[in-house]
Amino acid sequence: MDVSQYLEIFIEETKEHLQALNEHILILEKEADNIDTINEIFRAAHSLKGMAGTMGFMRMQRLTHDMENVFSEIRNGNMIVTDNLIDVLFKGIDALESYLSNIQETASEGTEDNDEIIEELNEILKSGTGKDSDDKKLMQEEEPHKEKDESGIKEKYKELVYASHEIHAIEAARQSGMSAYAITVYINEKCMLKSARAFLIFKAAEEHGEIIKSNPDSQDIENEEFDDNFSIVLLTKSKMEDVKKSIGNVSEVTEVYIGDVEIDEQHSDKKPEPAKEAVEAVSDLSTKNKQEEKNQPKKQAAAKPVVNRSVRVDIEKLDILMNLVSELIIAKNGLVSIGAHGSEGRKNDSFNEQIEYLESITTNLHESVMKVRMVPIESVVNRFPRMIRDLAKKLNKKMELYMSGEDTELDRTVIDEIGDPLMHLLRNAADHGIESGEVRVKKGKPEQGTILLDAYQDGNNVVIEVKDDGAGIDVEKVKNKALSKGVITPEQAETMAENEIVDLLFRPSFSTAEVVSDISGRGVGLDVVKSKIEALGGDIEARSVLGEGSNFIIRLPLTLAIIQALMVEIGKEKYAIPLGSIQTIEDVDYNDIKYVQSKEVINLRGSVIPLVRLEEVLDVEPLEEKNDSLTVVIVSKGDKQAGMVVDNLIGQQEIVIKPLGKYINNSKMIGGATILGDGEVALILDVNAMV
Amino acid sequence: METNNTSSGTKQYIVVKLGGEQFGIDINYIDNIVRMQRITRVPKAQEYFKGVINLRGEVLPVMSLRVKFGLDDDEITNLTRIIIIKLEPQAAVGILVDMVKEVITISDDEIEPVAQNSTDEKAMYLSGIGKYGNELISLLNIAGVVIDKDMDR
Repeated sequence: MDVSQYLEIFIEETKEHLQALNEHILILEKEADNIDTINEIFRAAHSLKGMAGTMGFMRMQRLTHDMENVFSEIRNGNMIVTDNLIDVLFKGIDALESYLSNIQETASEGTEDNDEIIEELNEILKSGTGKDSDDKKLMQEEEPHKEKDESGIKEKYKELVYASHEIHAIEAARQSGMSAYAITVYINEKCMLKSARAFLIFKAAEEHGEIIKSNPDSQDIENEEFDDNFSIVLLTKSKMEDVKKSIGNVSEVTEVYIGDVEIDEQHSDKKPEPAKEAVEAVSDLSTKNKQEEKNQPKKQAAAKPVVNRSVRVDIEKLDILMNLVSELIIAKNGLVSIGAHGSEGRKNDSFNEQIEYLESITTNLHESVMKVRMVPIESVVNRFPRMIRDLAKKLNKKMELYMSGEDTELDRTVIDEIGDPLMHLLRNAADHGIESGEVRVKKGKPEQGTILLDAYQDGNNVVIEVKDDGAGIDVEKVKNKALSKGVITPEQAETMAENEIVDLLFRPSFSTAEVVSDISGRGVGLDVVKSKIEALGGDIEARSVLGEGSNFIIRLPLTLAIIQALMVEIGKEKYAIPLGSIQTIEDVDYNDIKYVQSKEVINLRGSVIPLVRLEEVLDVEPLEEKNDSLTVVIVSKGDKQAGMVVDNLIGQQEIVIKPLGKYINNSKMIGGATILGDGEVALILDVNAMV
Repeated sequence: METNNTSSGTKQYIVVKLGGEQFGIDINYIDNIVRMQRITRVPKAQEYFKGVINLRGEVLPVMSLRVKFGLDDDEITNLTRIIIIKLEPQAAVGILVDMVKEVITISDDEIEPVAQNSTDEKAMYLSGIGKYGNELISLLNIAGVVIDKDMDR
């Protein structure tokens, strides 16, 4: 018997409930009398408590119970929502989260009791309602004990029939100073996971000694083939009361009866000490006369494995995958049959047909698999409102986080990594970006600062913007700091454009905290943010207007492994340009090339686009023969455009991105490599780095 | 030489030729030896990196020891081989050599240390000089060759 099989579900659902609590308490803070919200909170807390109890996480259960009490008073209108209350509730949720992460790592909730929080909750409950509520209430609620039905024999252990080897074992134990207790345990009929519960009871009993017998046997119990009660025989040195108590402590146990094992006359009148702890009418008396052997529940391995990471997949997506795989098999069979039959001419035709068919299947398959890996960004960002709220309190500023596009989907690997950089940017915005209320009022801005987190899809990229309406970045200060640190020379400073200076913030040399607070208070670890995002194949850019706020724009690739690309020739070398960033392909006459600041540009339908001579940038040996006109691939990154000059277009192709390997210096312009159909390696151009 | 086991033991080396000199590469680091194949140039990489190749679906960088050691550039012949070195899992690298000669066993006492303060830049790529019969074989310090100090800059 083992609760670990439920652990994954438990963790998933607990996360959801905690998230729901977080969200709704945030709403509650603003709308104290929103009945729907309060009900929602109550529901989440209640389910949490139930689940924690079922899984045997007592501390977690205790804490949720006390929180639930508070919610219930709020719901009944006996209490008003105060700031203090919300703070304590959030503390409670944080504590629950730490229990959860403990459980996730070690399958145990840890030993932190969080008595302080419970105390505070009870304090609030007392002062809010004048009622006293403490753990007694918990005990009562869980084990509503009062006897109301005494009919029937509750001490079913009296009916146990012992096999000779069991009698032998009991006698041997008694001779060695141990006692043999027979115990009958009743479980709450409504208990959801009876076998899990029984497992916990077995575990509690085994702490005292050895279970030599159970009825029904442990196999049946494991399969939940028992009613609401079962009996065990325990050999132990502990006192009867202790055993009874520790079993009684398992939640959802309604009654525990315990007595000495009487071997010769099992129905003798020797008085056992039934511990009538509770009630709950026992329905029927199940037949108990199964002959059984010495049975011991399997010992659990002490260290439970850490729960695997999982993705919840829509069953529909799986069905599509299944369909595609069956189509793949059909296509393969088609090829096999072409190989076996048919004349040469027809063979070729149907062969091509099958190849095309196969192609469409693999493309669809790729798409579907990618979709399975896609997770809405929501799972990362939904903890941010809470974070901003806490920051606002801590920093004593008024601010609000608005989010949009939470349903934008990203690859799972990206989702796992993007949380920290985003948090960093938001913290920066809250800490350094948004000014204090007074300053804001003085500047004629609304007292409450605004932080925007906006996610949306843009071609093959996902863009996440973190915007604030705070002080913005003081370019002059950054420039001076860079000068004094020797990051740039005075000559460079003269010619640098404003955005180039802002980009200096991403340099590692700007990352120490003191430097940052010296300048504009911007840039804590921005280099870390940048390197993290670049590791994911994305990039980040900062824009700012002094006094009006700043905007950090993160661009991430939609998928990591396979992309559509345009194959081009530069000189005699082949390169791939990701299709997602390509806008158009133009034929440009040599005469149409203009010069702006001695850089080549073209004027394309009204917009001036700088030209990038790829053969120069990539040090390619130029072709001797030149075309009559230039083939220019127009690529875009956000609202910036550039024209890449190539010698030849080969065509569109689906390519698998491979890393270049270690040790070799990887220029930013090369996004990786791919292997072409003939086994040749072609490099993938990262045009984002060139725009 | 085979009978010599007085000290800590023997090591096997693959002897390769590079110009007139013979180099030994510890066989433990060698994952594979493949024939010359098409190398795709990588722009802006270190000069001694010839580019990348496709080794059974994986992309690997290939470096030229000749360029790294300051010899004339490689002349590709029928005997040219790429030795695939695996210093750590998931990070293989190819090394271009003129030819692969043989596998030899050298005991540790047949190895003379190289003077580390030597002005010769090549010295830091060597772990010692092995004596094999009448021949001298420069034993490569593979980690020193592959992992470039300059790279982390």
